[in-house]
Amino acid sequence: MRTDRQRVKPTRILAVASGGGHWVQLLRLRPAFADAAVTYVTVNEAYRSDVATDLAERGARFAVIDDATRWDKLGLAKMAARLLWIVLRTRPHVVVSTGAAPGYFAIRFARLFGARTIWLDSVANVERLSMTGELVGRHADLWLTQWPHLAKPDGPRCEGAVL
Amino acid sequence: MIFVTVGAQMPFDRLVRAMDDWAASHRQRPVFAQIGPTEYRPRSLEWSSFLDPPEFRRRVAEAELLVAHAGMGSIITALELGKPILVMPRRGDLRETRNDHQVATAKRFLEQGRVSVAFDERELPERLDSMTSHDASDRIAATADPRLIGALRQFIFDSEKAISS
Repeated sequence: MRTDRQRVKPTRILAVASGGGHWVQLLRLRPAFADAAVTYVTVNEAYRSDVATDLAERGARFAVIDDATRWDKLGLAKMAARLLWIVLRTRPHVVVSTGAAPGYFAIRFARLFGARTIWLDSVANVERLSMTGELVGRHADLWLTQWPHLAKPDGPRCEGAVL
Repeated sequence: MIFVTVGAQMPFDRLVRAMDDWAASHRQRPVFAQIGPTEYRPRSLEWSSFLDPPEFRRRVAEAELLVAHAGMGSIITALELGKPILVMPRRGDLRETRNDHQVATAKRFLEQGRVSVAFDERELPERLDSMTSHDASDRIAATADPRLIGALRQFIFDSEKAISS
């Protein structure tokens, strides 16, 4: 996996997003991942083409999981199992997610193994944080909203937006 | 070509039907719609249920304007490609999504001057008729606010010494 010239192992990042706007927002964060070994996790095989250059030239990896909503308990259980497996396989140093359910599981599991975690609440959540964000925020080392008016002293913080 | 998109997750027949009706009385304005998982079959416009991301992006790039639900995937792609976008938000009470977050998103992005909004299907034709491709704005950068990128990089890399492996 690693080339000989890389004497220091790069930081391993697990970058997790479900479909649509969650994925589009994650893509816009990619400059923050430069020099790291990134594994992208999302819900649609067709999204592979969005990170083709990262996969071909920067040694990034891509994993697809089945999507599930909060009403689909069996789907959520399968998703949790898949993410536990991915976390065990990749042993990330850092997890970053823009939502939704897959990011929740990735953050909860990776933290058990000592990873540092980032939750960036979607810019679509203008009036209140997402329900998943409320649930997972306390478990994230860096808990961010994209709207200054939703920031609070005990979190989340606002450090800017994806656009 | 006007490109209509409702995203891949849920149908949004109220928008598709309104655009179908509009297209029926505007035959000189070709419309293509991505309509999602729905039984509704448009009569006056070309349509597809789903589009792969490369095809979706190509459709946006070639469109004179976008008409979309107020989803961030649609809005961000339009802004990235400098296309004018008219959004109609999904409503929670009509079970078009789980709550009214799209209404809030539409209001906020309207205030910022980034999108045009039709809050319901009655407003749609009027808004559409008043939009032109001259509403196109400069493309936004392909990446997030540098301040956000900086905050993330600092978090990711500044504690590298603490990483054991």
